[in-house]
Amino acid sequence: MLNYLWGAMILIGIAVAAFTGKMPDITNAAIESSKEAVTTCITMLGIMAMWCGLMEIAQRSGLIKTLTVKMKPFLKFLFPDVDEKNKALDCIATNVIANILGLGWAATPAGIKAMQELQKINKNKETASRAMCMFMVFNMSSLQLISVNIIAYRSQYNSANPSEIIGPGILTTLISTIAGILFVKIMEIFFYKNKKGELQQ
Amino acid sequence: MKFILALSDLIIPIVFSYIILYGYFKKVDIYEAFAQGAKEGLKTVVLILPTLVGLMVAVGILRASGSLDILSSVIEPFSEKIGFPKEVVPLTFMRLISSSASTGILLDLFKNYGPDSFIGRFTSVMMSCTETVFYTMSVYFMAVKITKTRYTLIGALAANFAGVAASLWICNMLWG
Repeated sequence: MLNYLWGAMILIGIAVAAFTGKMPDITNAAIESSKEAVTTCITMLGIMAMWCGLMEIAQRSGLIKTLTVKMKPFLKFLFPDVDEKNKALDCIATNVIANILGLGWAATPAGIKAMQELQKINKNKETASRAMCMFMVFNMSSLQLISVNIIAYRSQYNSANPSEIIGPGILTTLISTIAGILFVKIMEIFFYKNKKGELQQ
Repeated sequence: MKFILALSDLIIPIVFSYIILYGYFKKVDIYEAFAQGAKEGLKTVVLILPTLVGLMVAVGILRASGSLDILSSVIEPFSEKIGFPKEVVPLTFMRLISSSASTGILLDLFKNYGPDSFIGRFTSVMMSCTETVFYTMSVYFMAVKITKTRYTLIGALAANFAGVAASLWICNMLWG
């Protein structure tokens, strides 16, 4: 995806500059932007190191594990047709908790493992199962509660209060996640209702 | 509404206290753990630097060429009707496609309008509650070779749309 997107952005920019007569600005913009990427990363180094250090404590003390276990009853509500003892639920819980805490690199492997486990119990191997659709939408509804990177970027550009967006961010994240779950639950009624009016797999 | 801003001030101190006390309670060598985790964090940032340089250069060129302004003015008549800042439209679409490319645009907006402007605050909140739908979907479904994704895409787009709408609403309430 980025292979084309990145090239296209630069080529379109240069082509448009030829028409708007802004060619002299292009070189300057390229040099300035590359420098800025580095200064942004320097700000991020500190904040990300702090956050990851904190999360490592949470990891070693078993706090993350505890949160994962507490997640289970809620997962039963989201995935009624996945057996309680299925490994997929553990992977989903790990993925969700990692996402909530902003540990993206820990979230993806667990998420892919969850999809593989769900695929094992999927009846039609080419079509996403009910549980997969729910997991994917839930995952993509944005779960991260505190966007540490956004705070870092804000502080890099001299915000007077970089963290003021945490509260609104939590609220809107909840709204988008609830909207995603509701949407899928409604779709499930259309897709999985049998003649007796019960939901089936 | 102001309690939401109070939450912003309180959440990080609460997270710190809770994790440190929990660590002591479980007899973890917390300082050692912190240092180790911080090292991993540094590595993560260094790993994203190359893509960030690439994409910030691309966005910088787009901005300097006037392309983003042209795009914004095309969209303006539509976005104005719903009170959506036209400058944010390119970011909204890019957000669904690529995380690093949208970061490039976000930083460009911060630079041009400031993170404490309405645009800066709105984009900050919006980035917090949206996700790179197309990228995530392709990675996860490709891993298990699923080709028929049914209502997943529309569901994810609905969730993200709700997030954008909620961000606009809350920012108008707090800072509008």
